[in-house]
Amino acid sequence: MQQLISLRVDNTPGALMRVAGVLTSRGYNIDSLTVARTLDPTLSNMTIVVNVDSETYDEELLIKQIMRLVNVIEVVDLTNAQAVTRELALIKVTVSPDMRPALLKEADIFRARVVDAAPTSYTLEVTGASEKLDALIELLHNYGDVEMIRSGAMAMERAPQGDHRNTFAKASRVPERTREPVKT
Amino acid sequence: MSSLMSGSQILLESLAREGTEIIFGYPGGVTLPIYDVLYDHPIQHVLVRHEENATFAAEGYARTTGKVGVCMATSGPGATNLVTGLVDALMDSIPMVAITGQVPEHLIGRDAFQEADTFGITRAATKHNYLVKNIEDLSQIIHEAFHLAKSGRPGPVLVDITKNVLTGRTNYFPATKMKPLRGFHVRLDPDDDEIEAALQFLWASERPYIYAGGGIISAAASPELLEFVELLEAPLAHTVMGLGGLPSDHPNFISMLGMHGSYAANMGVTETDALIGLGVRFDDRVTGRLDAFAPNARVLHVDIDPAEINKNRRADVGVVGDVKRVLQKLNVRLRETKESLGGHNRENRAEWRARVNGWKREHPFADVSDENEIKPQYLMKRIDEISNGEGIVAVDVGQHQMWAAQYIRFNHPRLWVNSGGLGSMGFGMPAAMGAKFGNPDKLVFSISGDGGFMMSLPELATIASHKLPVKIIIMNNGWLGMVRQWQELFYNRRYSSVAMDAFPNCELLAAAFGIKGRSVDTPSELEVGLREALAEPGPYLLNVNVTREENVFPMVPSGGAVNEMILAPPKPVAVGD
Ligand SMILES: Cc1cc2nc3c(=O)[nH]c(=O)nc-3n(C[C@H](O)[C@H](O)[C@H](O)COP(=O)(O)OP(=O)(O)OC[C@H]3O[C@@H](n4cnc5c(N)ncnc54)[C@H](O)[C@@H]3O)c2cc1C
Ligand SMILES: Cc1ncc(C[n+]2csc(CCOP(=O)(O)OP(=O)(O)O)c2C)c(N)n1
Repeated sequence: MQQLISLRVDNTPGALMRVAGVLTSRGYNIDSLTVARTLDPTLSNMTIVVNVDSETYDEELLIKQIMRLVNVIEVVDLTNAQAVTRELALIKVTVSPDMRPALLKEADIFRARVVDAAPTSYTLEVTGASEKLDALIELLHNYGDVEMIRSGAMAMERAPQGDHRNTFAKASRVPERTREPVKT
Repeated sequence: MSSLMSGSQILLESLAREGTEIIFGYPGGVTLPIYDVLYDHPIQHVLVRHEENATFAAEGYARTTGKVGVCMATSGPGATNLVTGLVDALMDSIPMVAITGQVPEHLIGRDAFQEADTFGITRAATKHNYLVKNIEDLSQIIHEAFHLAKSGRPGPVLVDITKNVLTGRTNYFPATKMKPLRGFHVRLDPDDDEIEAALQFLWASERPYIYAGGGIISAAASPELLEFVELLEAPLAHTVMGLGGLPSDHPNFISMLGMHGSYAANMGVTETDALIGLGVRFDDRVTGRLDAFAPNARVLHVDIDPAEINKNRRADVGVVGDVKRVLQKLNVRLRETKESLGGHNRENRAEWRARVNGWKREHPFADVSDENEIKPQYLMKRIDEISNGEGIVAVDVGQHQMWAAQYIRFNHPRLWVNSGGLGSMGFGMPAAMGAKFGNPDKLVFSISGDGGFMMSLPELATIASHKLPVKIIIMNNGWLGMVRQWQELFYNRRYSSVAMDAFPNCELLAAAFGIKGRSVDTPSELEVGLREALAEPGPYLLNVNVTREENVFPMVPSGGAVNEMILAPPKPVAVGD
């Protein structure tokens, strides 16, 4: 299964290295990791998706290790939370002239936009849940060769103070910093 | 008040403000400006003979004084030589600040002479690390480094400083208050409901067992632990890291548990219904096969690091907090309720104590001695008799470490110094050196195997140069003993690359360094050697040739259940129900 974690970290050199380091040194396989600054220029936001063994899955284990990092301000596990998760993909697909209308129609269903048109290919931009992107890419294979770049998932909680939040924090009495959301 | 100062001056000023009295280090190109300031600075600098030993000495100092140990190295090879000691301190949660020089900022990333990515290399070797490129940040970072090193779960912090910062100048304002670290919070105090849950847990138990470790030492919680043990009247086993937390002479002490733990400690943990883990991390050397560890017990786990709770063993009651404060609160409640709640299982608990005491009486560590040969266990017993629970004993890694842990008593915390988590050979002698610098009035033994001694050999020069009265004992069995033991037991006695031949003549070796020393082969010679060592006001090197093929027992084969210990040669016997 996949564990989805959102972090607020100091926007300092090395913060990304530390988080990635914890993941690798504890034996986790990173599926995607996105990082960018927030409204507060001293903070970055990270969304991490890791593959975990559902047999032995323990949501606290990884989160508590990440929380030990001095540059990590807040950690929220969104795996089972009410969250909006989005990913962006750029997809270049070769397409013969006669197939173009059909492709555009299908792209429309996925709300994908053409961002570049060349004589033999279209480049589409699409955002959505990761599964939606998977479905579109699957379809596009019917038209021609597909080349693709994905951003990795970004996730944001729907209700910042919801009950699901930090169930692990309550159980194990981790310090306050996970309880109060940082304004970003 | 401000004044124009160089980065090097600011560094030493900040260290001094943090209470640093001594630095273990080794100079080089980019740290020259620091050494120029050190030349006539009140902070003492001890020139070790290898940077790794600077980290071990700083650890020995920290482990015996409770203060933050400080070490220093130059860029490149100096910094990379620190790595083992940093990981050692990280594994054993020892407070340490390491200072390294870095090439000037404009050369970073250009493969400059003696450039290494110290910041990257030590990321996983430290609790936190810094690269200082701006002189204005320097003093704040030094104060942060000390704060991080000693707060919460202690650990090593490295500060890598570019040469341009060390030589630059700025107006220095002494930091009056450290800027708070928004990502670092320590929870010291438990909530009342947690204490109540723990209290219920304790009084509900029929066969309570206290498993106490390094957290007791770093929390300075020995007085509270003693009171707790006496209120609960429960047996207590220490991890290797916890020795001295409760006086070894205390009647409830049943020695160490785990791979080379006592029979009573390992049987006790197997039979208990209430395992009380205090500042321990359920290390695999302790637990053996996890599912057979304390199989009948509910678990109460107190630790300052939330990540330790439920890491290896699920806790029925987990309390995150400083174990000293947790025990203080718990002791109050235990005293208040001893008659009421404590009454229920009183008889069961008395019966349990009697059982554990029976194990302790019937299976002490073997009393091995011989007229002609020096048995390694006998050597440890003699050191124990001399130290009498009051001396500092720093050991290296291997068989001698385990025998020392089994046979030598420690009636106070911070007397026992060993590399537990990483098990770094070469640790012992430099650690003893650091301990002696921190405790000039205490008797300090350094005990190494012949293998580990050879790894720390160069520090004989440091010890000689300071005429440091460390009593250096080599338990010489001619082998890498611990590895040979495994080869004997699990690899058909195929002794592969474990002979420590060409060992130097220690009397000549001592003389070559200008210190006193002797090599002994029999128990009577050992007495002469020990007498001389104690009478000598300076350092003394005592090489003790012991029985060559002796094994450490009891032994839990790695991955085995702790109650299936091998008790003694020649035939392995499984002990259990
Ligand atoms: C050859 C060899 C053989 C070994 N055999 C054994 C053996 O038989 N038995 C054995 O026990 N060990 C053995 N060890 C050592 C073993 O590897 C571990 O180092 C040791 O068991 C860990 O001890 P600990 O659980 O006390 O944890 P430590 O490493 O001492 O950790 C301390 C714990 O306390 C917590 N803590 C720190 N400060 C506080 C505070 N203020 N309040 C609350 N909690 C705090 C920390 O977060 C941490 O979890 C052996 C090592 C070697 C090299
Ligand atoms: C740096 C390092 N290398 C290798 C080991 C593996 N090791 C553990 S114990 C041991 C043997 C130690 O031999 P010696 O120093 O003679 O001590 P003894 O076991 O004989 O007491 C070895 C090689 C280690 N712990 N540390």
